This record gives sequence, structure tokens and C-alpha cells, in this order.
Amino acid sequence: MNKYDKLVKNAAGRMVPTVINGKPAIPYMGVGKYRPVGRKAAPFIATTADYPADGNKVAESLKDALIKCGLKDGMTISTHHHFRNGDLVANQIFDIAHDMGIKDLMWFPSASFPCHESMTKYLEDGTIHHIEGSMNGALGRFTSEGKMKGLGVLRSHGGRYQSVQDGEVHIDIAVIAAPTADPFGNCNGVNGTAACGLLGFALADSQYADRVIIVTDHLVPFPCIPWQIHGNYVDYVVVQDKIGIPEKIISGTTEITKSPDRLLLAEWTAQFCDEAGIIHDGFSFQAGAGGTALSIGIFFADILKKRGWKARFARGGSNKYLVNMLEEGLTDYILDGQTFDLEGVRSMRENPNHVNTSPFTSYNYHGKGNFATFVDTVILGATEVDVNFNANVVTHSDGYLLHGIGGWQNCLFSRCTILPIPLFRDRIPVIRDEVTTLCGPGELVDVIVTERGIAINPLRTDLIEKMKNSSLPIKTIAELKSEAEAICGVPEKPRFSDEVVAVVKWVDGTVLDSVYRVIN
Amino acid sequence: MEVITTGNKGKSVRSDCFVTLELKESGSNEFILESKVGVLYGNSIHKLVVEMLEFYGIRNAFLKIEDSGALPFVLMARIEAAIKKSIQSEKEFLPAMLASNDYSTAKDRNRISRLYLPGNTPSLMINAGIHKPDGIILDLEDAVAPDKKDEARYLVRNALRGLDFYGAERMVRINQGERGLEDLEYVIPHNVNLILLPKCEEPGQIENVDQNINLIKKKHKIKAPVWLMPIIESAKGVINSYAIATSSPNIVAMAIGLEDYTADLGTRRTTEGTESFFARCMVVNACRAAGIQPIDSVFSDVGDSEGLRQNVLRSKSLGFDGMGCIHPRQIRIIHEAFAPEQDEIEKAKKIVFAFLKAEEQGLGVVSLGTKMIDPPVVKRALNTINMAIKMNKLSENWRESYE
Repeated sequence: MNKYDKLVKNAAGRMVPTVINGKPAIPYMGVGKYRPVGRKAAPFIATTADYPADGNKVAESLKDALIKCGLKDGMTISTHHHFRNGDLVANQIFDIAHDMGIKDLMWFPSASFPCHESMTKYLEDGTIHHIEGSMNGALGRFTSEGKMKGLGVLRSHGGRYQSVQDGEVHIDIAVIAAPTADPFGNCNGVNGTAACGLLGFALADSQYADRVIIVTDHLVPFPCIPWQIHGNYVDYVVVQDKIGIPEKIISGTTEITKSPDRLLLAEWTAQFCDEAGIIHDGFSFQAGAGGTALSIGIFFADILKKRGWKARFARGGSNKYLVNMLEEGLTDYILDGQTFDLEGVRSMRENPNHVNTSPFTSYNYHGKGNFATFVDTVILGATEVDVNFNANVVTHSDGYLLHGIGGWQNCLFSRCTILPIPLFRDRIPVIRDEVTTLCGPGELVDVIVTERGIAINPLRTDLIEKMKNSSLPIKTIAELKSEAEAICGVPEKPRFSDEVVAVVKWVDGTVLDSVYRVIN
Repeated sequence: MEVITTGNKGKSVRSDCFVTLELKESGSNEFILESKVGVLYGNSIHKLVVEMLEFYGIRNAFLKIEDSGALPFVLMARIEAAIKKSIQSEKEFLPAMLASNDYSTAKDRNRISRLYLPGNTPSLMINAGIHKPDGIILDLEDAVAPDKKDEARYLVRNALRGLDFYGAERMVRINQGERGLEDLEYVIPHNVNLILLPKCEEPGQIENVDQNINLIKKKHKIKAPVWLMPIIESAKGVINSYAIATSSPNIVAMAIGLEDYTADLGTRRTTEGTESFFARCMVVNACRAAGIQPIDSVFSDVGDSEGLRQNVLRSKSLGFDGMGCIHPRQIRIIHEAFAPEQDEIEKAKKIVFAFLKAEEQGLGVVSLGTKMIDPPVVKRALNTINMAIKMNKLSENWRESYE
């Protein structure tokens, strides 16, 4: 099986393969241009008679369950990342596979974390063929150095759902770690010592995988309520002593930033939104869990309070600050995609207006719409932005793959996408002539906020007009770039090999860009 | 030969580098670079090293740079410091003077906030100006460890030339005594706007510094003013505060440093500040009598913004015109709390309006109703208006709508 074939130029002008790990792939065609036809993928037809009438699906062990699910060479195994860096389950699957001498698995996580670093040894010994999902930290480094047998595939959260729904990825076995479950397989993330809030990233896996295994350390008698994942999709339930490390599950940055530079970014971003009329009574926003984004949320809340307004919904990543807004009546709803701290978990458990969502409702390309397109503003990060507002979130300027896409691509469809980013990190300018890896087309990136000025995408003539008389330092992106280069010096171009080690998918499943092997 | 090191390294160190230099008897120059930005700047760092070794005529040396993303002016300072520790040389390897730093400051400009930056920590310097303090102090004195004081001079000098201060008054706090006089050589030729003199107790200290500054200015044909701000930090200094305040025409402000002062008194610094009430009043009085700005001590609890606000309000009520900051987050709070109150602004508007009207009508005397207004009152009202405009509490065109 070829990792990939020849490269062709896609609509973004980037060279991408048309065959990926032996399967055909479609080059990116432009935003909203790709319209697949046909019918969605479907799991095989199950028969109730094959499952225990008493509803008890508890298996002896994870190994037992995997064997019963027919674990064999070449399968695709999926996991979710709601436990973030406190996940104790994903590694076990591959330990077992390795012990059984199984080879060439494809790992299909919704995201990877530093705790998954030990997967590198299974990538090396052939237990895992390649990863499709995200390759963070050590796994990214491994991939960048060309050591992975197959081609890495990076997808957004919505893109992951899309790939499962249209059959691009077929999950053989989904292993879903669940903080609370019953013997039938109903489960949720709001109760139990490993409580993580919700399990939305595992929803597609539960519905589309051939076999589904629930792993829990908190078994309750039927019914497990709420049943965020339905036992009707589940084959086996495995009970273990401990499936996650609580203090690491809550590992998102949940404190507002103390850095004066980041606070300035946050303040300017909020002021920009206010002056541009983005904030209004009934508005909606999404800010991530990073320190800057959290501070922006707080500034938003202050503005709402001052005006006597409230948001209609705040899109989470939820955390204590968003929960405060909900409880103070500054937002009607939290539409939550993942819960970053215990306050978020508590709120989701107790408050019906703190709503559990999945990539299906928020991000999926094959839905009849999704709500990402009508969020008033999203605040995102980026490792690089180019002079045409194209942005990169997966590689650093030295070419190393270090981050996943997450919901980032999907969020770009909001009414106003703002990237508050420092103009340079240490000595490395963030605004480049061309991004190392294209993850988001510039037409969807509206505003760049840096500590030395704010650039508005020339396509957003409405915003430029509104900010004409602002006291904020509005500059062109070219001005910002030369300002950074005056301070840091003009960076040299890193050298890459022409060997592709991973691809970045766009939200519709087409191939947006290639990640190249780094040369040391 | 001795192995020389300069700069900083370690996990928490950013935007700095650590230089190791060893001169050898023979051979050639050997250079090792370990840089986290090597992919993007490796060649340019290499070029800089070659140029600097050539500049100082060094042909047989082992040089290693462990770089955590140092900007060029930092690299230059660290390398030059290492070389100057190894050889005797009068030559300076200077970064270009930024055109945007070519400004001087007025004697009576606002000095409400002035941000202290340790003189040997580049990461804190780089973005200081974007927080818009009135002044930025590159500190060569207490904020620099004794064994780092020499190398800090090169960094501060290069920062004065190569780092954009975005219009803040460019200040340096020199050391006490002989070392302080030596410090002047490194900063006066590089367009520093103001020198802070620590632990002033007698007028002679200021006169001495002033003379040295004048000599350096003459040597380098510098016309721009270099203002002085003595800091009173002892009981003796407080007693001599008026003599100190009037010891040079270049003194534009005088500050009080309460950490050392309270230690000198043998007491502890409290939030309420009862123990320093006398000293603060003395300094304010001395400054007002001398016609310069009285500046209050820093507030050291960075996390306590409410405490800082209360402290500033007390300062303002005592008559101070400004305060030091040790963190950019304090700047806005200080500006807001020093800003004139609405009733002050209204009163000032009346006075200034009457003054401008009198001026237009060619009247020598300003009166409001039946009351005559003295020139100092007008001046103070003008200050209030200017400050209110600066703080966005009053429109620049307030007169257009003023009846």
C-alpha cells in the first residue's frame, strides 16, 4: 500500500496527494465547493436476539472485550479525548494489541495528548500503522521526522464526524471511556470520579462503529441517566478500577492570563467587538480555554453587564467563567462541546441550560446546516498567519507538527473570526509571507489582533468602515508583518524534504495541504 | 584561559541567550549555536558572531551561544559583554539607533506612571512600551544581581538604541557611587531622557552625577536634555530633601522609595502608610517648593489592584503627581486613579475658558465672576484639562461645546 501518490495543486495552490494510505482523496476545491452525492455510511444491521436479554453486557476485561470484538490486523480503533491528558484507556488498547501480536492498526482518536506519547513505540514496532486525528507533541515530532509507516491525517472535530458519516473512515472498534455507565452500555460524563462533562466526541463512534466497547470505573444499575451515549449501540461494557486521572482530565487552561501582553490582546479584542457592534443584546460567542480567550470572555461579560444585555448562547469549551455568566444571567445557554473544569461538569449536571452538544450539532459538514455558522464571533489561536490571512494551527514555523486542528476549522465559519495572537513569539514572527501549513483559508479569517496593532481582512469592508474612527491601532497586515520583521529580523525559510508525512483535511473531507518531513 | 559566561539560560528564560567564551592561544574561531529559533535565524546569528569576532580582532576563541530566542540587540549585548570580560577594548559594537527613539522629553511632561524593568531581563523589556507607561526605567541598580551588573550595562545601552519605547520617557536608574558614575558612560550617549539616582542623601551626590553627565554630553556633542530624578530612601535624605530637590536645574522630579526608607527608620511598611506620612509630606513639600514633580513609591503587591487604587488615591491627596510601577498591570490603575475627578475637570474648564477668553481679548488679568485668578491656578487648571484629555475623560474639542 502506498502512503500517497503524486502531488497535485489544489484550489488553494498547495500540493496535495490524491491517494492517501491507499485510498483515493479529493484535493481541496474552495470553501463550500465540494458537494458529495450518494448516501451516508451506515453500520451493519444488529439483531437484538444476539445480545443478552438481561441487558448485562459486562465483559471480563478490556482484552476479553477486544477479542470478542474480533480485534485483528489492519483494524481502525477509535477513542475520544474528553479525558484530555488524564486518559488511562487509549494506551491500554494498544498494549493489549501489542501483546497479542496484532499489527497495522489505525488509531482514530478525536485528539491526542502528551499522555499518549508511549504510542510512538507501537508506531515504531508496527502495532499501529498510522494515526488519523491529531498528532500532538511527541507524536507530531515522530510524524514530522518521517517515522510513521502510514500517512498521518489531520481532521477537525467536524471533519472527523464528516469522515465517519460519509464512509471515508470506517471504525471497526470504538472504545469509549465513560465516567459512569450501566451494564447495558448507557453512559455519561457528568458523574463518577473521572467526570468530564460530556461525551460528544464519541457520539459518531458509538453510532457508526461495527463494535462498541464502553470502559468505566463507575458502574451503576440500569438506567444510567442521563444517557449521553445509548447502550443500544454498545456491544460490551468493561469495568476497571480507574479510567482517568481527574486532575489531568481538568487540564485545560482554566485560569485567566496574568501576562500583561495577553491581557492587552484580550482587552483590545473585546473593545474591537464592542466598537464594531459585534456584541449586542442576544449575541453569541465562542472563546477557547486558553488564558487569553478566557480573559476575553470576562471582558465580554463586563460589557454585557454594563449595558444590561445578555448573550443568547455561549459556545463552550465550558469552564467556571462561562458557568458564572450562565448563573449570573449574562447568557441564556451554554452550548458545550467539552468541559474544561469541575465547575463546568457540575453546571452541566445541574443546569438544563448548560447543554451537551456534539460535533453533529455544531460542526458537521453533512448536516442540514450546523450552528457554527451563526455564532456572532469566535476567538481562536494560530501558530502563523500569512499576509492573505491564511492561518496555520498544526505546525510551527520550523516545520514540526505539534498540534491538532480541534474545532478550529469549523469555528472559522462564524460571523466574525478573530485571532488574538502575539506579533512574535520569542523571536519568531507570527505573520509570514506564506504559512508553513495551510489549515484555514484566509477568506474565513476576519481579524488579527496583536499587541502592536489590529489587522482587518480587506474582504470585511463592513468592519473596516465601522472601525474607521476607532482609537484602537488598526493597521494593515503587511504593516504588522514589517513591524515584526523590523524587531526580529527577516526569518530564513526552513528547509523541508519533499516527502509528505501527513495531510490536513478541510471540513468537507478534501485535502487542503500536506505536511512535509523536516530536515535536521 | 578563563572561561567567560554572560546572559541567562534555563527553562523559564525567554528572549535571552547564554554566551560562553574561551580565548585560546592558537587555532581558529570555533562557534557552536544551540538555538530554539535556529531554523529561522541560524544563519543571521552566525553572521553576527563572525562580524563581532572580527570587529574585536578575536581569532582564536571557542564561542558557544545557547539561545532562547534573543532579539539581535540582546545577542549583541551578551556577546560584547563576554568579549569585554575577556579582552581590554574601548570599542563598542552598537546596534543601530532606531529613528523612533530619537526624541527628547519636556521638563513638565506627565510622569504619572513609570515602569521599572530589571536591566538584565530582556523578555520584560521587549513589550514594555506597548502598555503605554509615561516612563520606562531600565534599572541597573537593585533589580540586577551584583555579578550581573557589568553585563546589564550593555543590554541597557543596546535597548536604549534598538528597542522601541513607543514614546515613553526613556529612563535609567544608575547605581550608587562610583559604579553609578561609570554607568553613565553606557547610557548618556544613547539618548536617555532621564537618570534616576538612588539613595540620595546630600546635594553633592547629584552635583557629582550632573557634572559627569555634562562632561559626557560635551564629549559626544549631545544637545538634548538629560533630566534627573533623585530618589529619597533614607531619613537623612528626607531631612535634606529640599536641598536635594534644588541641587541641579536638570532635576524635574523627585521620588521617594519607601522600602529602604522604612528599613532605615527601623519600622515596617504598612498598607496604610502611617509610618511614611511625614516623609511623603516632606518630599511633596520639597518638590513643590523647588517647582518639580513629587513622585510616590511603588506599590509592591501586584495582585492587589484595589489596594493599589486606594494607595494611589492617598498619594494623590497628599499631593504626589505620579507613582512607580513594577508590573504593566498597575499602569492603567495608576493613570485612572491619578486622573482628575469630574468636579475638578468642571472647575478647571471654567478657569481655562476664562483664561483663554481673557487672552483672546488681550486682557492681562483673568477673572471668574468677580474673582481674580492667579497664574498658578490657571496653570494647574490647564494641567487638569490636559490630563483629563489624555485619560479620555474629556474631549479634545471640549471648548466647542462649552458655554
